[in-house]
Amino acid sequence: MFTNFDVLETIDMVQKEHLDIRTITMGISLLPCIRETAEETALAVYDRVCSKAKDIVKTAESLSGEYGIPIVNKRVSVTPVSLITAAFPEKAGLVGKALDNAAKTLGIDFLGGYSALVHKATAAYERTFIQTIPEVLATTDRLCSSVNVGSTRSGINMEAVKMMGETFKEAARLTADKDGIGAAKLVAFCNAVEDNPFMAGAFHGVGEADVVVNVGVSGPGVVKHALEKIPEADLTDAAEMIKRTAFKITRAGQLVAKEAAKRLNAQFGIVDLSLAPTPAMGDSVAQILEELGVETVGGHGTTAALAMLNDAVKKGGVMASSRVGGLSGAFIPVSEDIGMIQAAEAGKITLDKLEAMTCVCSVGLDMIAISGDTPATTISAIIADEAAIGMINNKTTAVRVIPAPNKTVGDQVNFGGLLGRAPVMPVHNTDSSRLINRGGNIPAPIHSFKN
Amino acid sequence: MRAVVTVTGKDKKGIIAKVSQFLAERSVNIEDISQTILGEYFAMIMLVDISGASTELSALAKDCKELGEKIGMSIYMQHEDIFNAMHNV
Repeated sequence: MFTNFDVLETIDMVQKEHLDIRTITMGISLLPCIRETAEETALAVYDRVCSKAKDIVKTAESLSGEYGIPIVNKRVSVTPVSLITAAFPEKAGLVGKALDNAAKTLGIDFLGGYSALVHKATAAYERTFIQTIPEVLATTDRLCSSVNVGSTRSGINMEAVKMMGETFKEAARLTADKDGIGAAKLVAFCNAVEDNPFMAGAFHGVGEADVVVNVGVSGPGVVKHALEKIPEADLTDAAEMIKRTAFKITRAGQLVAKEAAKRLNAQFGIVDLSLAPTPAMGDSVAQILEELGVETVGGHGTTAALAMLNDAVKKGGVMASSRVGGLSGAFIPVSEDIGMIQAAEAGKITLDKLEAMTCVCSVGLDMIAISGDTPATTISAIIADEAAIGMINNKTTAVRVIPAPNKTVGDQVNFGGLLGRAPVMPVHNTDSSRLINRGGNIPAPIHSFKN
Repeated sequence: MRAVVTVTGKDKKGIIAKVSQFLAERSVNIEDISQTILGEYFAMIMLVDISGASTELSALAKDCKELGEKIGMSIYMQHEDIFNAMHNV
């Protein structure tokens, strides 16, 4: 049984420390929707998504009311669209549009899965599909796209890496009137996971059940607040405190996930125990690192503090939930985290430091605005660096950079809402084109041969 | 089904009366009450049974919040499972 202290602690977590369930994401398989033509497939996709997820918003709202914990986002992820449009890839956009319409009908904020998995090679239909991404992102509002360009088991597909540099540029160019928001809805992955509930990288893997409910919990504010209570503690005790806090947060997520799956007639998938910041004050991962003792995020010691945080979150979360999955760790997006935004504006955090941090955090270079005139090959090289970190370290890494059209270092981009705002950050102006234009594959590392 | 009602805020007259009357009107049965005053700060935690309640939990929770705003206190009603989940291994 819980004590009065426990009750008041939970209330404080929600009211003062931004504890929330960040997202309930329903994963829906689109494999039953494959028809002979793109038009018929698009219709079937729209109908299936709308029928399977019809109660997602209502259910989330009543769960939120009953448990007294906000459920911020309701989302859907689907089977990578490149798979279901393989017979007519040039018309994949019709399915993208149908998915965007379904998202609007359902009243959800994002739908993920306009995706391709090309970590070993790019089939002709996938090449055509990837070429549709910028246009589709520019003509839809809620659709998110991702491409997996590498994995520890298969190495890095450098042709796909090259294409993705161009895809980011084009996605930003076609949405120049909105600071290049198209690129903010696009992710290049290495070791993408099939049950990630977070956007923009969510998709529903083919190994998943027909319909699942995955839940992403959050709560950087709760962790920061817990650490504020023990300002003099050594790092062993600080890690313990983070672990305990992550446990409580994840238990809330597990409860909501199980109940949501039951009510939505879906399988309970996973709880993703990521610390996902928002631009709101006090909801920042950067500020946790600063609470641990780094003066400004990006300074020396940041990587060590982040490594400890990421690991402690996982340990607490794994104990709390029978089914942990997704990305699970700490996110370090720049534009979505007030502490990161401030550090970037002050020039205290650089792309190089962020890259180092991605070696120990749960994802990668996320929501970083760069100059609009950055060459596509440089963006590809950034993706290749990140993919290499993921491949060698056997972890998920990702790149979501926005080459903001007509903007340069010192300017700001502003996407509003959850996507936030960010200063344009400098990249190295050295030429990487020779490396990128070589093509081929970076072979899988020796330690991938485990059989 | 049981829920926890939490009432916090600056102490004043008639808080318990107003809250319990509100619950009685909705056929919510109070099973346990614990209440303390810390300085001027009032904190009350009630364990209630809502099996016979006239409305469902999410609507009751919303009404509680509104009552709180009316009488100048913070009032929350939540399913007891959330506390069991978060605070018990």
